[in-house]
Amino acid sequence: MHEIEMKPSPKVSIEFDGQTLQANEGETVAAALLRQTHLAFRTTPVTGKSRGPFCMMGVCFDCLVEIDGAPNKQACMTYVEDGMRVKRQLGAGDTGVFLSDEEDTQ
Amino acid sequence: MKDHYDIAIIGTGPAGMAAATVASAHGADVLIVDEQPEVGGQIYRGITHQSIKDKTILGDDYYKGQSLADAFAASNADHVSGATVWQVSPEREIGISKDGAAHLLTADQVIIATGAQERPFPIPGWTLPGVMTAGSAQILLKSSGITFSNAVFAGTGPLLYLIAYQYLKAGVPIRAILDTTPKSNRLKALPHLPGALYHLSSIMKGRKWIKALKSSGTLFIEGIDNLKITGKDSTEAIEYLLQNKWHRIEASNVFLHQGVVPNVNLAMASGCIHHWNEQKLCWHASTDEWGSSNVPGISIAGDGGGIGGAIAAEYQGRITAYQALYTTNKVKKQERDINVLPTQHALTHEMRIRPFLDVMFRPATQFRIPTDDATIVCRCEEVTAGKIRESISLGCAGPNQLKGFTRCGMGPCQGRFCSLSVSELIAKAQNVSVNELEQLRLRPPVKPLMLAELANLTILASEDT
Amino acid sequence: MSPAYDAIVVGGGLVGSALAFGLQREGLSTLILDEGDLAFRATRGNFGLVWVQSKGIDYSPYAHWTWESAETWASLSNLISEITGIDVGYRRPGGAEICIDDKEFAAKRQKMEKLQSHSPHVKFEMLDQKSMAELLPGLSPDVAGGCYFSGDGHANPLNLLRGLHQSFKSMGGVINSDAPVNDIVSQGSSFTAKTKKGQFHGARIILAAGLGTQNLANKVGMDIPVHPDRGQILVTERLKPFLTIPLSKIRQTIEGSVQIGDSHEDAGLDVGMSTPILNKMAIRAVQMFPHLGNTRIVRAWSALRIMTPDGYPIYEQSEQHPGAFAAVCHSGVTLAAAHALQVPKYIKEGTLPTSLAPLRTNRFKKEMAHA
Repeated sequence: MHEIEMKPSPKVSIEFDGQTLQANEGETVAAALLRQTHLAFRTTPVTGKSRGPFCMMGVCFDCLVEIDGAPNKQACMTYVEDGMRVKRQLGAGDTGVFLSDEEDTQ
Repeated sequence: MKDHYDIAIIGTGPAGMAAATVASAHGADVLIVDEQPEVGGQIYRGITHQSIKDKTILGDDYYKGQSLADAFAASNADHVSGATVWQVSPEREIGISKDGAAHLLTADQVIIATGAQERPFPIPGWTLPGVMTAGSAQILLKSSGITFSNAVFAGTGPLLYLIAYQYLKAGVPIRAILDTTPKSNRLKALPHLPGALYHLSSIMKGRKWIKALKSSGTLFIEGIDNLKITGKDSTEAIEYLLQNKWHRIEASNVFLHQGVVPNVNLAMASGCIHHWNEQKLCWHASTDEWGSSNVPGISIAGDGGGIGGAIAAEYQGRITAYQALYTTNKVKKQERDINVLPTQHALTHEMRIRPFLDVMFRPATQFRIPTDDATIVCRCEEVTAGKIRESISLGCAGPNQLKGFTRCGMGPCQGRFCSLSVSELIAKAQNVSVNELEQLRLRPPVKPLMLAELANLTILASEDT
Repeated sequence: MSPAYDAIVVGGGLVGSALAFGLQREGLSTLILDEGDLAFRATRGNFGLVWVQSKGIDYSPYAHWTWESAETWASLSNLISEITGIDVGYRRPGGAEICIDDKEFAAKRQKMEKLQSHSPHVKFEMLDQKSMAELLPGLSPDVAGGCYFSGDGHANPLNLLRGLHQSFKSMGGVINSDAPVNDIVSQGSSFTAKTKKGQFHGARIILAAGLGTQNLANKVGMDIPVHPDRGQILVTERLKPFLTIPLSKIRQTIEGSVQIGDSHEDAGLDVGMSTPILNKMAIRAVQMFPHLGNTRIVRAWSALRIMTPDGYPIYEQSEQHPGAFAAVCHSGVTLAAAHALQVPKYIKEGTLPTSLAPLRTNRFKKEMAHA
């Protein structure tokens, strides 16, 4: 990570998978995570492979994370807020209603 | 947001900003919407409060956006930011979603200025964490001052050299630049050079970037014939084929780029006819000299209709705005013509460099149509080139059938990163031009919309049955 | 002259492919002539239900026909799997229909009792909210309950179509896609189907061309009234599995996405979308499953159902030109087993059985005579 000289910016703190980290006010969640060299944000629902941001402009939908309990949020299109809880999204989105493993009869 | 506007503009890049400034200056009731919280689109991203202290890093062209943004800020267009447009119906009913609520409104005229996106770059390993587009590198730099040391830049096209040059100016070490520009392109581009010479300064600028990169000691390899990225759960290395021999470079970050293509999904879903441009290998909106599409009241400006760059986008924004003003009786024909004619001339001039750039940086077939069957083509649904080829041989005649058979194009990106590859794959397998195939059928929502938002939508009185 | 086929099936959608599958399996050399990529392909809009509980409430022959198909669906699924390895996603966990309020609940009970009176195999259960919620996690506490029937199920219509096509080809069947039929000529004991790609000759011709059937049927002495009925579907992003039982209006696919559907409109041939309808569908979906409010619609589409005047299928053999058949219906998935395993026998023998007589077109004339 190479730091470029920037005008100072207020900081906020967010959580990623339980770990607290500093972010610049006004930046995207994706940028904040990449700044800490987190390159992978999720695993795919189809094969469970690791994915991270690709286009950074909201068209590839690879940077999906869970934010404050809501799934399938594009990290590159969501702006950091103090106290935000971000989690890696593992597989398909989770709305809080899902079958436990024993119940899954599909 | 009101229920109705004279003119609605989708996108706050150069085309949108220019259109909104002109339209509101002539008394039209203007709405302009963008997903981003700040204006600038991608090319001028971050322009309203750029925090990078050293202005030479991003370069003069970038800061041109400042005056455009200032003029826009001074206008009285109704600017709705951080809002997603999920539909523009052929009757100009616009669906907008902001802060968890969806709204419907109508406009007499709609200008679609959705800009460009990166061309897909389907090579083995392109879905690994750590692989991003050159555009991403630019966005991270412009918006957050973030860079990655010792990244590999791979591909072709002016934007690739630009970002690498910006890295150089910023003092960020670059591991390598792997240039995939086919050597044969140079000869083919020669007949277009006279046109390009009208923009000698741009050509010289590009050469300056490349020269600076080469003389900086950065590893700059040209004539790359093939690429693959490897790694278990993250990028570990990139391999390149040069003169029939494979080489390997270790890297955790790779930036890919092989040109930009119009972001056509909204316009296509609105019913605007598009045609395949074989020279540019992408879809172009079929518009007249005023930017008007076949759908009454809907016009397209900027890179979203066909790539021309930031300045051309600004001109097209002005032209479509004047035409919209004229059509809604806000300006008379004479006033429109006085303003538009010189802009059309300037636009023609601005576009003179395009044929040269199109041919010079035309990506080679193996980077658009993967040879390795295991390569993922549809990122969202993880559909490989092999699976697509198999489905074609089983009788899939076009991209819509293919979607039904393989789920290719069913994911949230709605074909933005796969439909170009898919169309070319099918065309090649059937030995026809892409123009002879049916196009991928696109419908709203062109961006995802929450079910609760759709449920809480207020239906406009005019259409409630 | 092109080689003669024992049977030509016009239409490669769910109905045509199932019939062709069965015909080829019966030993008849069969050709499918299909229109191509952007046809008004009803299959693509199919919800995928293998549904019994709402069929033929007012017409017992249809209820019985549906039951025969539902009971043999597993055989079809197994056959396709054996021949091609394709899993068409068939599951039979039962199906439910939610009633939002007591009025809906009473109306549904009444309908189901009527159905059971002539179709005793439909052993339905009217469940209150609490019992229904045990079957359907996430069900809103505010709904009245609904109807559950263990004989309902679902499958993936696109996988089914693919499975039928591939099995058909594996058995030696021929598919000519991108070949819309523009004329049919009868020559005594055979038929010629004319397309821009050439002419094809068959001893029998079976019209299963959805909305295009009427036009072709006229050429061989049949009158097959069909009209389009538009259905719109919303699809969410993939979610972790929570719904194992399909509902008439909502089902969760194996991939995890939730499909919301079952609207009906007369919109002519327009396959555009209608925001008021989508809004109503979204309202109802969130009424049933509030947590779905937080999921995102990633795509929506509409397709045109093949509707006959009374909504029941049509099976017809031309009296003027025996050997020419027509088959149309809007429930191509539910009836796929009957189409694949039963109807081809009748086509081969050359006679539709008396049990299918109530599904011939003369029922419309009877109605007109009574009117």
